[in-house]
Amino acid sequence: MPITPEEVLKIANLARLQIKQDEVEQYAIDLSSIINLVEQMNAVDTKDIQPMAHPLDATQRLREDKVTENNQRDKFQAVAPSAEKGLYLVPKVIE
Amino acid sequence: MQWETVIGLEIHVQLATNSKIFSGASTAYGAEPNTQACAVDLGLPGVLPVLNKEAVRMAVMFGLAVDAKVAERSVFARKNYFYPDSPKGYQISQFELPIVEHGTLEIVLGDGERKTIGITRAHLEEDAGKSLHEEFSDSTGIDLNRCGTPLIEIVSEPDMRSAEEAVAYMKKIHSIVRYLGISDGNMQEGSFRCDANVSMRPKGQEEFGTRTETKNLNSFRFVERAIHYEIDRQIDVLENGREIVQETRLYDANKDETRSMRSKEEANDYRYFPDPDLLPVVIEPSFIEELRKQLPELPTEKITRFKQEYDLSDYDAENLVMNKETAKYFEEVVKNSNAKAKLAANWVLGDLSAVLNQDDIEINNCPVSAGMLAGLLDRIEDNTISSKIAKEIFQAMWSGEGDVDAIIEAKGLKQITDSSEIEALVEQVINDNPGQLEQYKSGKDKVFGFFVGQVMKLSKGKANPQQVNDLLKDKMK
Amino acid sequence: MHKLSVSQLVDGLRNGDFSSVELTQCFVNRMQKFNDLNAFITELGERAILQATNADKLIKEKKHRPLTGIPIAHKDIFCMYGVKTSCGSKMLDNFYAPYDATVVEKLDQAGCVTIGRTNMDEFAMGSSNESSYYGPVKNPWNTDCVPGGSSGGSAAAVAARIAPLATGTDTGGSIRQPAALCGVTGLKPTYGRVSRYGLIAYASSLDQGGPFGKSAEDCAYMLQAMAGFDEKDSTSLDKAVPDYTQLLNSTLKGKVIGVPEEYFSEGLSAEVKSVIEGAIKWYEQQGCEIKNISLPNTNLAIPAYYVIAPAECSSNLSRLDGVRYGYRCEDPKDLRDLYDRSRSEAFGDEVKRRIMIGTYALSAGYYDAYYLKAQQIRRLISEDFKKAFEHVDVILGPTTPEPAFKIGEKTADPVTMYLSDIYTISINLAGLPAMSVPCGFSDSLPVGMQLIGNYFEEDNLLNFAHQYQMDTDWHKKTPEGFE
Repeated sequence: MPITPEEVLKIANLARLQIKQDEVEQYAIDLSSIINLVEQMNAVDTKDIQPMAHPLDATQRLREDKVTENNQRDKFQAVAPSAEKGLYLVPKVIE
Repeated sequence: MQWETVIGLEIHVQLATNSKIFSGASTAYGAEPNTQACAVDLGLPGVLPVLNKEAVRMAVMFGLAVDAKVAERSVFARKNYFYPDSPKGYQISQFELPIVEHGTLEIVLGDGERKTIGITRAHLEEDAGKSLHEEFSDSTGIDLNRCGTPLIEIVSEPDMRSAEEAVAYMKKIHSIVRYLGISDGNMQEGSFRCDANVSMRPKGQEEFGTRTETKNLNSFRFVERAIHYEIDRQIDVLENGREIVQETRLYDANKDETRSMRSKEEANDYRYFPDPDLLPVVIEPSFIEELRKQLPELPTEKITRFKQEYDLSDYDAENLVMNKETAKYFEEVVKNSNAKAKLAANWVLGDLSAVLNQDDIEINNCPVSAGMLAGLLDRIEDNTISSKIAKEIFQAMWSGEGDVDAIIEAKGLKQITDSSEIEALVEQVINDNPGQLEQYKSGKDKVFGFFVGQVMKLSKGKANPQQVNDLLKDKMK
Repeated sequence: MHKLSVSQLVDGLRNGDFSSVELTQCFVNRMQKFNDLNAFITELGERAILQATNADKLIKEKKHRPLTGIPIAHKDIFCMYGVKTSCGSKMLDNFYAPYDATVVEKLDQAGCVTIGRTNMDEFAMGSSNESSYYGPVKNPWNTDCVPGGSSGGSAAAVAARIAPLATGTDTGGSIRQPAALCGVTGLKPTYGRVSRYGLIAYASSLDQGGPFGKSAEDCAYMLQAMAGFDEKDSTSLDKAVPDYTQLLNSTLKGKVIGVPEEYFSEGLSAEVKSVIEGAIKWYEQQGCEIKNISLPNTNLAIPAYYVIAPAECSSNLSRLDGVRYGYRCEDPKDLRDLYDRSRSEAFGDEVKRRIMIGTYALSAGYYDAYYLKAQQIRRLISEDFKKAFEHVDVILGPTTPEPAFKIGEKTADPVTMYLSDIYTISINLAGLPAMSVPCGFSDSLPVGMQLIGNYFEEDNLLNFAHQYQMDTDWHKKTPEGFE
């Protein structure tokens, strides 16, 4: 099933990517050809096959409820594009 | 048209763990911004989550408390959406296989009617950070301390039909999580918050109407008000022939109204999928059984016991038990006093609750200890003081003037039970009021109260009311 | 010195034949001399000399650890405290990691000296190293050719003898394919063997870190230091790590090698095929039993991978939003603009394509048809291997269908590029260990054979590869100009 230019824009919107008008067509072509490759999966019947989310048949290990981390704000905010008074800054959000 | 309200609640409860659900950062409230957001909470590139055992234990405890099925295998999923207080661009939650499913909860309404509310599911998830819009003029500040605080989201069936029912349900859940000790339930600090799904349908219709979701209600009163507002708004919309828009709304407590949240209006497609950084959580049946044994006495059991053991009404038992600490206080009063349990219940739910409310004090910090209140009740019981004087003494105890006997002594409030003393007062009042006596004798029974009042006044409230009654009746024959 | 094996380097350092400073200087010089290869994003020469000085002190005081003083290079995907960790992207060009990845920490503790951070496909998405923000890496065997990807810089660095060892990561072939194309040995461990903490995730259920070296023995040294349980990684397995270097010399006689027919069908170059057949013959001569097997769902691996990996990456890369670290566009007019422009300006085309495919596959209405279906196929592929390992000790085949291709040859059509991982991808889907071992040449370019093992049998793979390398010298060949 080919991906239409409208779908390209819809997906880009969900993924927070800005696709320029003159790129939309090429993305539609590229993504369609990938989806075309992917749809080779339809050749096999997978009814009743248990999906495999993980390569290992292991279960989640649980951590003891202990505080192990200390304040490293300065170190972390040294790589922040914009921080002030200990807060990360983004353009004003109106809720 | 007759409308029926349909309400379902989603309650978010912060679990009282020491550390975050997926990291070793502290969950303590009120720290300086971003000082409790570690690499994992910040979603730095390359970091990975590891699940907190205590959060799992607490979720299981909740499941057991509401007679739910605790899943032997549950799975964490990613809920994908972009927002600055969600640093990874997804929230780790549970979707298809939650840890708790199919629970029930019984609520008791004001008229004593009982109703069972279904709990669809309760799942574990991480809390988001906070956006601070007021701090800067053109920017929003992001504090990620709260990120990763463990939550259980408790989703009810759409079983409630009024704001009253919704509040009763919410209070019951609040009471349970506090009894279990899995949350501090502090609503001001956001440890316990609620989203309300409200829809209307014509009475008799089976099919549900379109619902709205009102977000982040952090007090019982707000839930009640927001639901009332939504009911009125929706009926208005429907009766004007328009349609309800399925949307997220925000309750504005200052204006007492709900309004559409533009920022969330955009169609959400959360693209849930199993989180590949976490493996399935498997809970052994033996672990569940072990926790079942550790369950404390829960509100419902306690209510039954209170009614049996203390011969209390449904209403009294419900209200005493609602708050774990109140119930504990009540039992201590009873244990330390010779007075009837009913008297203790009246005092705890009456005068004591009133002043606690008025001064906004938790019962744990109450200046009148259970032992002190027990002493007061004993003095009522042994007729040392009247109920009326008891109230005065209680105020003095509240102000820190000492225990009951000290106050009686200091203020000379001991009840007069010497009948000759009372007789003198009665005679004085009869002699001073010949007109009223005339009326009484001509059949106006109501005037009797006047005489009682005058005698009590003359005794400064200290005369034993029963004796006053008896003597007056005798003398005015 | 650059030609010596790791065990020779270890001995040389301990015997005082040369110091770590001298050794490190030798490789740092080569790194600078061959910088035309573009194998490195960040050179850490000065830092390395300091580390080497300290290593020499430890050796002198006999406080050395297994790899004290041995120079290595890290793929630029492993977070390294205070060092730029770009992941080959403009997005993280300004990101100086505030913490160490577990792999970095472990190799530090083992005593390694890090000379630099190697170039890679952006966020490990690519098979040619051409998607790097820092430009393509050149293959030392032919600088018009790609080194493979995504760990192309590490493979090229080892091939050019710029580093004796280098780390890589493998999500669909990103260690094995460049190892094959550059004529070096590379190993992708069992999923869960090496901690992923601090490895910038591309596809979390497939990613695994591993070593590049000149030989299997060299890889064994590095894997020894990298492997092991990490409580910071929920997917890391608490399973004892065997002593790999001590298990290299078991006899191969009587061992059973499975040769999957699907790895020798159309698409495989005739020359590569005959080189691989030569290697099979060698094992047969050692007394191995060669068994023809079938992995019937092999052709579904690429389709399933291009759902699962993009789905996971679309979510994994959401944290790159310009808020807490990384690239932020100039003067965002609102939050939406900040997200959209930061991400669009900083991600390259291939990354955007995969994010979009993944977003699409997970979106409402498509989840079952794509994501769930792919996971079911993943199960089928994994079952194929499970059945095969009931009868064989290892599976052997080509690593890639053809040797290194020309830079620019496959960039026009993404799907053509994807097909170069046809023999490696199913191993990641199953989570098995596998390695690529040099075994000949095609048109003067190296060819790699792939050895696939059962879960946690890296020791077995290394044994098979080491025995081969004891008797052949393909792994000792050095590209012209880099001798």
